[in-house]
Amino acid sequence: MTKKFLYLLSFFLLINCASKEEEIYTPIPYNLEIPALFANKLIAPVIPSNNPLTQEGVALGKKLFFDKILSGDETQSCASCHNPKKSFTDNQQLSDGINGLLGTRNSMPLFNLAWNFDERFAWDGKEFGLEKQALEPVSNPIEMHANWKNIAQKLQEHPEYPTLFLQAFGNLNIDSVAVTKAIAQFERTLISGNSKFDNYLKGEAILTSEEQNGFAIFMDEAKGDCFHCHGSDNNPLWTDNKFHNNGLDATFTDLGFGNITGDPADNGKFRSPSIRNLVFTAPYMHDGRFTTLEEVINHYSEGLQRSSTLDPLMKKVNQGGVNLTTKEKADLKAFLVSLSDFDFVNNPDFQE
Amino acid sequence: MKKIILFFLTLIFFSSCGDQVECCVYPEPVNVTLKFTQNWDGVPVTSSDFNDFKFTNLHGETISISDLRYLLSTITVGSKIKNYQLINIGENTGLQLNFEQIEQGTSILKFRFGFADADNKDGEYQDLNSVSFNVPGMLGGGYHYMQFDGKYKDTNNQDANFNYHTLRAVNRADPSKLIFQDTSFEVDLGTVEITNNATIEIKMNIAEWFKNPNTWNLNQLNTVLMPNFEAQKLMSANGKSVFSLGAITQ
Repeated sequence: MTKKFLYLLSFFLLINCASKEEEIYTPIPYNLEIPALFANKLIAPVIPSNNPLTQEGVALGKKLFFDKILSGDETQSCASCHNPKKSFTDNQQLSDGINGLLGTRNSMPLFNLAWNFDERFAWDGKEFGLEKQALEPVSNPIEMHANWKNIAQKLQEHPEYPTLFLQAFGNLNIDSVAVTKAIAQFERTLISGNSKFDNYLKGEAILTSEEQNGFAIFMDEAKGDCFHCHGSDNNPLWTDNKFHNNGLDATFTDLGFGNITGDPADNGKFRSPSIRNLVFTAPYMHDGRFTTLEEVINHYSEGLQRSSTLDPLMKKVNQGGVNLTTKEKADLKAFLVSLSDFDFVNNPDFQE
Repeated sequence: MKKIILFFLTLIFFSSCGDQVECCVYPEPVNVTLKFTQNWDGVPVTSSDFNDFKFTNLHGETISISDLRYLLSTITVGSKIKNYQLINIGENTGLQLNFEQIEQGTSILKFRFGFADADNKDGEYQDLNSVSFNVPGMLGGGYHYMQFDGKYKDTNNQDANFNYHTLRAVNRADPSKLIFQDTSFEVDLGTVEITNNATIEIKMNIAEWFKNPNTWNLNQLNTVLMPNFEAQKLMSANGKSVFSLGAITQ
């Protein structure tokens, strides 16, 4: 009798174990397609060991990125200010949140974020890591103005999300950590590396004489001297992701990086944006003050303002800047436009 | 007789083996850390001293340092060689370099400031590309040796910028026929006696860049020095007295 009981007990125990194993879903690793130019020239992208890319995680992150459920009144998603057709920014000088309140900074475009090696995000570097960056806009009162606990509850009660989270992260509870992990995974797939200039570097496109001359001005220390902060043919990010005071103001209403570090020497410094995809990302600068690329170039040519933290790379400040001719300005613009990646803004994987 | 000869041969053989065992007892190899420090004529300089007009060069200009990063290559301790090291004072990176399995005893210590031409391969080093340390192709490509940026008080006591950037000198008088001069240079710090795990300080006296043998006038040579063939040669000459051996702890 005892033996029979033991057999039965063992049988049910094994059945129970088997059914639990079936419940565990292993997400499929996501193969990040890194452009050859990036793979050849740059060190590996930053992918945290506690948030590896998976197909389920990226898909979930994309769904969340475009879902208005993340805002307090469900009227805005991340994509409201980060439109894929605009290289993941908007065309507003300052973006408005769900209550119609304007922010103080221009919405940053989103691409090649996994190659921000210092992992300082936003114009002022206030957020360390993509996962942490995604936390702030959701709860910011002048942006999506939501409560993370309410969002978690809504996602938990949603007909699709619990399964998607289960598949992406196992038996994790749905919370802000899981949501931002998924969004960060999606954001790391936003790679832009297929502009005309990229194809020129690969020997697959020919630059016009204006574009060539513009590139030479960009790289010439005696002319534009843009390369010290904005990359080069050997750094396809086209930014150093560092913080500089580029001479916008003589006095500061926005301390930028200085507000984060607390060091007065950092006042008026903002992160160099990439110069890829500028045709999609107007207006320009941290406060969106310049409407056109011509205005941007004019600033560096004649409009520099002297201040105590002005970057030493801003030359000839006594003459207002590098004093380019009209032709040089036009050629420089032609080169900048050659860094437009139309495949990126039209990539169906990145659309809603 | 044969037995006697065999006996002596065996004796000699074993005696010889005994000597060999004694000769092969070597000291354990040790770890050596090179520690790169900076000073201004003996006063230590760290990133906390940046962005402050607290230095004065030999010519008399008051200076504030904003950024300072430099590259050493073919760094040699004894028989071990490391390819290169980028030292960034402002970001406190690359300030130490570890060597393992260094033999105890007398070790040579030397390195090259910048890359020798043979190693100065355009776009070759991913870590240096990733931190934008490149030299434009129009100047021959490759990499900076040093980026030293800051401000000085000009003759009107106004803030003015300087970009003391060193690289392989290039004469662009005829843009279709660039003439290069390798302005990297070897720094031979002699030999050090290694008896244990050790830390060796390598000092850079920043003031020397403005001093010896060319007294540097920042009012004359301040920015756009990269394409300046003569300025690059002057900077290279000044660099040769910049480095020295510091404290050795072991």
